[in-house]
Amino acid sequence: MSDVLAPSESLGDAQDSEGRSGGGGLVRYVASKIAGAITSLVLVILLGFFLFRVLPGDPVQTMTRGRAVSPEQIAELRERFGLDLPLWQQFLDYLFGVLRGDLGVSYFYSRPVSDLIAERFWPTVLLAGSATILAVLLGIWLGTRSAWRHGSRFDKTATGVALTLWSVPTFWLGLIVLMVFAVGVGPIPGMFPTGGITSPDTPPGVIPYVLDVAHHLVLPCITMVAVIFAQYQMVMRSSLLEEMGADYLTTARAKGLRDDLVRRRHAVPNAMLPTVTLIFLHLGLVVSGAIMVETVFSWPGLGLLTYQALDVPDLPLLQGTFIVLAGAVVAMNLVADLLYRFLDPRVRAS
Amino acid sequence: MTETRSPSDDGVSAGRPAGSGGAASGGVRQGGAAPGGAQPGGSREGRRGPRAIAWARRGQAFAKGWASFRSQRAGLVGLIALAVIALLAVAAPLLTDASGLDVTQATADRLEPPSMRYWLGTDENGRSVLLLTWWGARISLLVGLAATVLSVGIGTLVGVLAAHFGGVTSAMLMRITDFFLVVPSLVLAIALSTVLARGVGTIVLAIGLTAWPTTARLVRAQTLAVEARPYIERAKALGAGHGHLIGSHVLPGVLPLVFANTTLAVASAVIAESTLSFLGLGDPTQVSWGAMLKSAMDTGAVTGGAWWYLLPPGLGIVTVVLAFTLCGRALETVLNPRLRGR
Repeated sequence: MSDVLAPSESLGDAQDSEGRSGGGGLVRYVASKIAGAITSLVLVILLGFFLFRVLPGDPVQTMTRGRAVSPEQIAELRERFGLDLPLWQQFLDYLFGVLRGDLGVSYFYSRPVSDLIAERFWPTVLLAGSATILAVLLGIWLGTRSAWRHGSRFDKTATGVALTLWSVPTFWLGLIVLMVFAVGVGPIPGMFPTGGITSPDTPPGVIPYVLDVAHHLVLPCITMVAVIFAQYQMVMRSSLLEEMGADYLTTARAKGLRDDLVRRRHAVPNAMLPTVTLIFLHLGLVVSGAIMVETVFSWPGLGLLTYQALDVPDLPLLQGTFIVLAGAVVAMNLVADLLYRFLDPRVRAS
Repeated sequence: MTETRSPSDDGVSAGRPAGSGGAASGGVRQGGAAPGGAQPGGSREGRRGPRAIAWARRGQAFAKGWASFRSQRAGLVGLIALAVIALLAVAAPLLTDASGLDVTQATADRLEPPSMRYWLGTDENGRSVLLLTWWGARISLLVGLAATVLSVGIGTLVGVLAAHFGGVTSAMLMRITDFFLVVPSLVLAIALSTVLARGVGTIVLAIGLTAWPTTARLVRAQTLAVEARPYIERAKALGAGHGHLIGSHVLPGVLPLVFANTTLAVASAVIAESTLSFLGLGDPTQVSWGAMLKSAMDTGAVTGGAWWYLLPPGLGIVTVVLAFTLCGRALETVLNPRLRGR
């Protein structure tokens, strides 16, 4: 088999055998993963420049598409964004700007892009974070029950529901949830706010504020959970099914342990390893989900910021959100790779 | 495996005159393509070229696969649903009047609830939601299929090249693949369709250029497995070039998997199309399911409780995506016997 393995995989093999004999393999593994992540970040930054400055031909024309703009205004815009400079100088300015954390000035808001992103960062973390936690818990629970009694009616129903929800576009589910539970349909009254993160009439104080935000969080959070939990459920189910025939489970049962103890103490912790790292790998999915959910529920996060920038279109702002969102996913991917190795030494790098 | 071997066994032991085979020899290739009828007579035949034997084998494998696919109810349901939807979408110009899509010719009130005249109610311009959904299926399916062809094409090319040539080529191609795998594809697709001119072509390009990495990884793994087989070594020893090796030996071994992957890829391409249209990045002059839902949100159909405007396009997307997913899963089970019985 060794001759058919690609370089990356044989590298993993070599590291593995070294890892068993000494500590050098782990250092090399971590170094190679960090190098890979840095390469990806460099590519993200290059792509950010290429996509928004080179591909459109004339970015100012893209931004002012469909508007009556005088030639003087266009000239002024070109100067403001540095588009009158030669391309290599634009690139250097952009590169050093990004490295300093300066992402340019928004065309629409006339404010630094980094300030806008910093403002909208925490609402997204709150929404995506709480949705991820709930989705992981739900997915692990459903996946475990499915696998433990696979082939049962519960298993078939749960798998069917997961497949169906996976086929539902996030934004459509959001619109339905919004119409049913926020606006109200027929006998169902509107119980939740239709959008935003706070109401204007909240009494002052920390506790009313927290409750108000939580009230606004319910519907967007449920929508996101419904979309992403299926992934964890399917992975938990298949990884527990892989474990089911293992000898240590037979041993545990032979010791006379109760069935649910065998499941909770022995099988599930082992099957959880892939799921835990998957949380970080799925961040790209969470980001996409957040863009749609925030758009539907007017949740003031990075997703809504992106959506609002699309309408203008505000190229500097879109460029900034692209770099931040893609960069965050690259970073979380690195965390996943390192965790994978750290949590489960059996797993080879691939 | 034992069954696919039988034609060549027959070939070795065939001393008997090719009586019945002679009549069929003119249509050997077609015989391979129509597996059920040609197979019993064909295997008795003695003097056939290697090409004909290969085709007959492929035909047999196909018949076996079809029988295995047929035994899976969910996959069959998906296939029938797809056939019905595709037929309706193709027949739309024959069965309906496209002038009903014209805003200026609409006569009904805005957001009229379902009635005998408008079975699914009307939109914000007084157009029939049924007609819009029907015609929207055409764009949604067309973009989904075209984007899949593009992404699976790129993915297969990259995967086969990376596995076949190995070394530096493979390392570079897989580095690029990993990068595209990591970067959130929706964010990239949004960026692409913002800067390019609005239109159906841009959406196809944006989805196709961002969705290929999973196919590339799958194809690379499968190509590595195929290239380890002895007949590849034999072909190499006989002096086969890269083009011949890939075209005649590697691709036939990889394509079934690509095909199963394609049906799953269409499902995500249809979702991606509706998402981009919903964000307002689609062609504003074309009716698609995503664009319908965008106007439903923008014109207050949601806050007005106009469920009849919201449900049809959404259920359309869910049905198509679910049908493709069920087909894809059934195909995977057919092609990967290890999954059977799960």
